[in-house]
Amino acid sequence: MPKRSAETVATSPEAVASHLAASRYLADESLATAVFLAIRLGKPLLLEGSPGVGKTEAAKAIAEVLGRDLVRLQCYEGIDAAHALYEWNYQRQLLAIRHAGEHEVDIYDDRFLIARPLLQVLKAPEKRVLLVDEIDRSDHEFEALLLEFLSDFQISIPERGTIRATAQPIVILTSNRTRELAEALRRRCVYHWITYPDAEREAEIIMLRAGDVAEATARAVAAAVHDIRARPLAKPPGIAEAVEWANAATILEQGGSPWPEAFRRAIGVLIKDEEDLSYIAPELGQIVEEALA
Amino acid sequence: MTRDVNDPFAPFAAQPNTDRPHRWRDSTREGMMRGENLPLAAAPLLGFGRLLRRYGFPVAPEQVSGFMQAVTLLGPRSMIDIHEAALATLAPPPDRRDEFEAHFQSYFYGNATAVVEGEADDETRIKDDGGPGDEENKVARQAEGGDLSSGAELLSGRDFQRDGDGLAAFRRKLATALPARSSFRTVRTHARGKLDLRRSLREVVSVDGDIPSPLLRRRQTVPRKLLILIDVSGSMKLYTSDYLKLAHAAVQGAGRAEIFTFGTRLTRITAALRIRDRDQALAHVAALVDDWDGGTRMGPTLLAFLSVPRFSAFARGAALVILSDALERGDHAELEMAIRRLSARAFRLSLATPLAGDPRFQPATAALRAILPVLDDLIDGSSIAGLTDFILSLARPAPAAAAIWKRVS
Repeated sequence: MPKRSAETVATSPEAVASHLAASRYLADESLATAVFLAIRLGKPLLLEGSPGVGKTEAAKAIAEVLGRDLVRLQCYEGIDAAHALYEWNYQRQLLAIRHAGEHEVDIYDDRFLIARPLLQVLKAPEKRVLLVDEIDRSDHEFEALLLEFLSDFQISIPERGTIRATAQPIVILTSNRTRELAEALRRRCVYHWITYPDAEREAEIIMLRAGDVAEATARAVAAAVHDIRARPLAKPPGIAEAVEWANAATILEQGGSPWPEAFRRAIGVLIKDEEDLSYIAPELGQIVEEALA
Repeated sequence: MTRDVNDPFAPFAAQPNTDRPHRWRDSTREGMMRGENLPLAAAPLLGFGRLLRRYGFPVAPEQVSGFMQAVTLLGPRSMIDIHEAALATLAPPPDRRDEFEAHFQSYFYGNATAVVEGEADDETRIKDDGGPGDEENKVARQAEGGDLSSGAELLSGRDFQRDGDGLAAFRRKLATALPARSSFRTVRTHARGKLDLRRSLREVVSVDGDIPSPLLRRRQTVPRKLLILIDVSGSMKLYTSDYLKLAHAAVQGAGRAEIFTFGTRLTRITAALRIRDRDQALAHVAALVDDWDGGTRMGPTLLAFLSVPRFSAFARGAALVILSDALERGDHAELEMAIRRLSARAFRLSLATPLAGDPRFQPATAALRAILPVLDDLIDGSSIAGLTDFILSLARPAPAAAAIWKRVS
């Protein structure tokens, strides 16, 4: 995909939506608006939603549309500056000191600096898109560190001074909302709460993403998944699981299972929790019947 | 100086700032500061931000200016654009989205009938105390009346005379007795650690290339969180006051403790228990909890606990103690599901039931039998001394509850 400037992509929400669709991501109007606003206002985009609604996929699609590399920072409990910002390559520094002998050596030279995701994006804001994934998993301290980065787009390295981004980098944050994010973070961002798509859109997504699934199958899967999500499950199936289910059922059907049976036998790719499985099993036949009707 | 150290990045710094949003934003800010430059049509947008603030939505000034910029950027071609812009920039929390929609409807469409409906009645009410604020003082003031105050003095006098329940010792020991996990952060150490290259390098540079004795660091250990869920239903009536005293000591002693009560509702009482004075704290709790000595809906309330993300996130990796007789009214399927999920999150899940104080006790009820396999401990909760000993021993491994009770029966 050729490199495009953000301005040419984001002329209107509809243009953003069509560009995303060309990258095989079907965004609803609201998400397209949020992406458009984030690019044009130069603010980070915060996507919240249940696991499996396509938050990370959205970030990948945006990077693809803009023709930029996606730099992903996966958050976890205990992540710190050395993993997010930069680190010095101590071994090389020590070696350099030994090799230098009588000569002077600048051990804080660029070649000893290991750039981590935030610094990488800062160095080339026009070539990269930053994805801070699952920010809700990190500690509060890290959130504060990120806040500083997101408001000024600069990093201070004590030995080197402050490094600033020359252009506003495009930053996407995702959260599963396992905990509340700091208000300060929320208000610096353009916010979008992603929900599961309605059955019709999900059918379109399945047809776009799955290998060779008939339209009727896609619609049936979307309807059944919609129904299953309404029940109190420990882990409601995400969009990726629905696509997998459509794929698996199609393969089974080609292998000789009749339709309702193929859906039932492929359920393992949709629901991956033993308790949920035993909860849904008695009603599954009926759900599939209704979806196929 | 800054220019110099920035050298490797000079190509980037040298580029003129052609970022359009920047320029645009600056000009808007200038206009807004003067106020009178604001177009007449922008006034409703400003007003909507104010309205939301009045109803307790956290809306910052920069969000309102972002809202106006967004509306301008989008055209606006229709009301839908304004709606989308409001959602994206004012960022209403997902759980208050319906309320937000109602305000939007009534403000921009003058549709006053669009009011927020109350919660469905069968849903478990959750109460989260914001913190010991004015109510604390109110409770104190109430106690100033003649009879009441003498009664309170009598109680506290008795408490000072004897620390019969041994809670003061429990409070002191708790901070160090909780199970620990290794943190991601490191501390400096003189033995048993890995080489701290960063500090060693600095040392090497400062002594001009000589290698002095290496400096070490190792992973810090931090105490786990302690989560106590207290059953305040009628069947536990005899024990709740003792349990609350225990909870108060736990909050005072442990670094990170959270206490909830459940009966027919779920109430978070941690903030109330942070008040140092015990009687005052307990009086505050008494006012906070609405479902004293009522029925039990243990399953639904625990599920309600799990459905609030920041509550259930607290259970992750925590030592979780449930103080309840686990006598569930009616079907226990929900209770079983809730306990299973809690056990999957918690580091150790213990159920303390006062019924186990009876030597003839057997986990024989259907609910207990169903949850026994996922419990780490099923212990006697009839005395404070037994409970404090147990909580102080949480860091030591013990056989699973099912194994112990099988041997006994």
